[in-house]
Amino acid sequence: MNDNEQTVASKARRQFLGTAAAATAGIAIAPGVLLYEVAHGKADDEPVSSTVRWGMLVDASKCAEGCDDCVKACSAENGWTPVAESQHPTQAPQWIRKLELQDPLTQTQLNLPMMCQHCAKPPCVDVCPTGASFKRADGIVLVDRHICIGCRYCMMACPYKARSLVHEPLNDTQKPDVPRGVGCVESCTFCVQKLDRGEGTTACVEACTAAGHGALVFGDLNDPDSAIAKRLREIPTKEVRADLKLDLGVRYHGI
Amino acid sequence: MASITYREIDGDSAGYWLLLGGIALFVLFGLAAYVYMHHHGHVVTGMDNQIVWGLPHVFAVFLIVAASGALNIASIASVFEKPLYKPLAPLSAILALSLMAGGLLVLVLDLGRSDRLIVAMTHFNFKSMFTWNVFLYTGFFVFGGIYLWTMLDRTVKAYSKAAGTIAFLWRLILTTGTGSLFGFLIARELYGTPMLAPMFIIMSFAYGLAIYLLVLFAAYAWSGRPLGDALVRRLKNLLAVFVAAVLYFVATYHLTNLYFAKAQAVEAFVLRDGGIITTLFWVVQVGLGGVAPLVILLSSLGRSRMWVAVASVLVIVGGLAQMYVTIIGAQAWPLEMFPGYKATSSFFDGVVHAYTPSMPELFLGLGGVAVALLMTTFAVKVLRLLPEALDDATVEKLGH
Amino acid sequence: MWQRVRRWALIALAFLAWAGIAPAQAGAPKPVIERAAKGDRCVEDTAFMRRNHMELLKHHRDETVHLGIRTRKYSLKGCIDCHASKETGSVAAAKDDFCVSCHAYAAVKIDCFDCHSTKPQGAAQATARLDGARKRLADATRALGMKDIVGVAR
Repeated sequence: MNDNEQTVASKARRQFLGTAAAATAGIAIAPGVLLYEVAHGKADDEPVSSTVRWGMLVDASKCAEGCDDCVKACSAENGWTPVAESQHPTQAPQWIRKLELQDPLTQTQLNLPMMCQHCAKPPCVDVCPTGASFKRADGIVLVDRHICIGCRYCMMACPYKARSLVHEPLNDTQKPDVPRGVGCVESCTFCVQKLDRGEGTTACVEACTAAGHGALVFGDLNDPDSAIAKRLREIPTKEVRADLKLDLGVRYHGI
Repeated sequence: MASITYREIDGDSAGYWLLLGGIALFVLFGLAAYVYMHHHGHVVTGMDNQIVWGLPHVFAVFLIVAASGALNIASIASVFEKPLYKPLAPLSAILALSLMAGGLLVLVLDLGRSDRLIVAMTHFNFKSMFTWNVFLYTGFFVFGGIYLWTMLDRTVKAYSKAAGTIAFLWRLILTTGTGSLFGFLIARELYGTPMLAPMFIIMSFAYGLAIYLLVLFAAYAWSGRPLGDALVRRLKNLLAVFVAAVLYFVATYHLTNLYFAKAQAVEAFVLRDGGIITTLFWVVQVGLGGVAPLVILLSSLGRSRMWVAVASVLVIVGGLAQMYVTIIGAQAWPLEMFPGYKATSSFFDGVVHAYTPSMPELFLGLGGVAVALLMTTFAVKVLRLLPEALDDATVEKLGH
Repeated sequence: MWQRVRRWALIALAFLAWAGIAPAQAGAPKPVIERAAKGDRCVEDTAFMRRNHMELLKHHRDETVHLGIRTRKYSLKGCIDCHASKETGSVAAAKDDFCVSCHAYAAVKIDCFDCHSTKPQGAAQATARLDGARKRLADATRALGMKDIVGVAR
């Protein structure tokens, strides 16, 4: 081939390669952009927002008597001593516990885990004098232990007995991801450390799912395509003490 | 117009120093109890995740409620302009401030993180009654202090009525707030009722006056100053009215609750099946603290100063029991998350919660009482709070 | 009476002045500042950090707790990660550990470690973070019906 032909051919080839490269790059980057939206992957420096509302669905009909996988997982993830191993059981913190309920008329038994219900209108937040008990934008009710003064008013106010006081010094046994300390009040955080990392689930739900019980579902209540939102549309659910109208983040089926 | 001379008590007798020393000893015990509790954490107390507020809160709330009521006598003098009560006003004011200081101290020292008091004074949540209390209690000291000043300093005597009115209204709001601490809580069966606020107001009248009477008797008897029967008679009749009013509120509260099927279980607990709670309610709160003082004060026994003092002591003891039943009884009853179901769990759901007060809690509470008494005992020695004579002749000249 | 008060006030003032001017005695042992186990420099320069680390931490903690902002630069976990002692693995366990040695010398009590662990995150936690990110990516790729197009999802 003479030079002219080669140049023309090369130019065309170069153009083709350029377009193809651009297209490939576009296809490669585009999913990244879409991924960001779909996965709610929050960047580290981005504040949480109320477009997400974390919630949990408990299917009490699938909750077995005597099973406490969720409780064990929570205590392992968050570093609190399970009550059976505690030296002071009445003073031991319990972020989640299994409730066994019996209908006095029929003697039928019902089992379910009970934890902080992450109310949209939390009484504990209303009563906290320093604002340490607060509701984060994404619906998680937390205790800011930097300003908690340990007055325990939130413990008096909670209708679900969700809160515990840490009665004794923990002596550096805390998990690095879950700071908790003596004199401050604490409760279920929906594993906020995991959520902020983008794991999208909590330790208790993970454990229940991994064990195959399937009694717990967790996710974004505001996302109509999330597993929890879909399930909430399929089965009837109730809030515990619905008469209090606190608009809970935890819904129960089968109670 | 009679002129009443106010004079400090001599306060140089062995008896006075022994009294001061004895009270100071209890202050020290309270301090030691606090250091112990703060160092080890609340694990050394009888309070746990079921009974969250215990004996220290019983004492603290009692003292705070009584403090507000102790100011009543001064209010009757300045605000309602009854000249008979005017000589009693300065002691009333100082007693109110002292009781409030003692009660607040116990409350603050019982915090899980009492080292974070500055946080409590710089971070506010205006939906919380506790935050409002920070301002109400501070204001109580400020306005109570100004009121006392108008009573002691002749140059500002003209402002006494204004200061007294502000202090009177302020403390009504404050005690309403104290009752609302519990009244605002929807979670507990025995709370969440608007009735607690006015009940606390009435309780403050009774407790405050009972403590005032005892302090008055002691101050005059031990400093050798005359205290006539005319004054005592008026005060004891007032106490009888207040005690009757408290009984009325308690009766209405429980009778209303008994009407609701949903509240019958918790009422059965308080009124019949609650063990120590039931005993404290009927025997101490209603019996010793209500019926017995009424009988004493309204019968011929009420003419004897000793019996009036006994009645006052009974009112105080009954008041402490009432605080115990109100604060601890309400926590002892489990939360009804699934009404109608029997619940059990590892977190003590569904069972009545037991509570055994510990020594540190008791001494912390008594320490608060001691601080109040110490302040009062010292104040009457350094300030002109007590009239030289309150015998019938002097009092007669005051008019009515 | 006031003459006596004035005299004692003057004596007290003189004492305080002497205490302020007098050269430091051989008192508290100087802090042992162990070189950080990881990294070659701190997030800010030493003089700045000495003066302002508490402000950085206090501001950042509010952002983290209330807003979920978990940047590592000014986070306590970030500090602990680098500054944990090689021997004790902690910043506050032994008296020569990073936080404790300076704070003991300066007599400034800190209560961070009433609640916070003094040890850095273990390797297990770090892997969990990566797993979380991978899961997110995998879920999203599947949701879009694409298979491994970016190739990182595996």
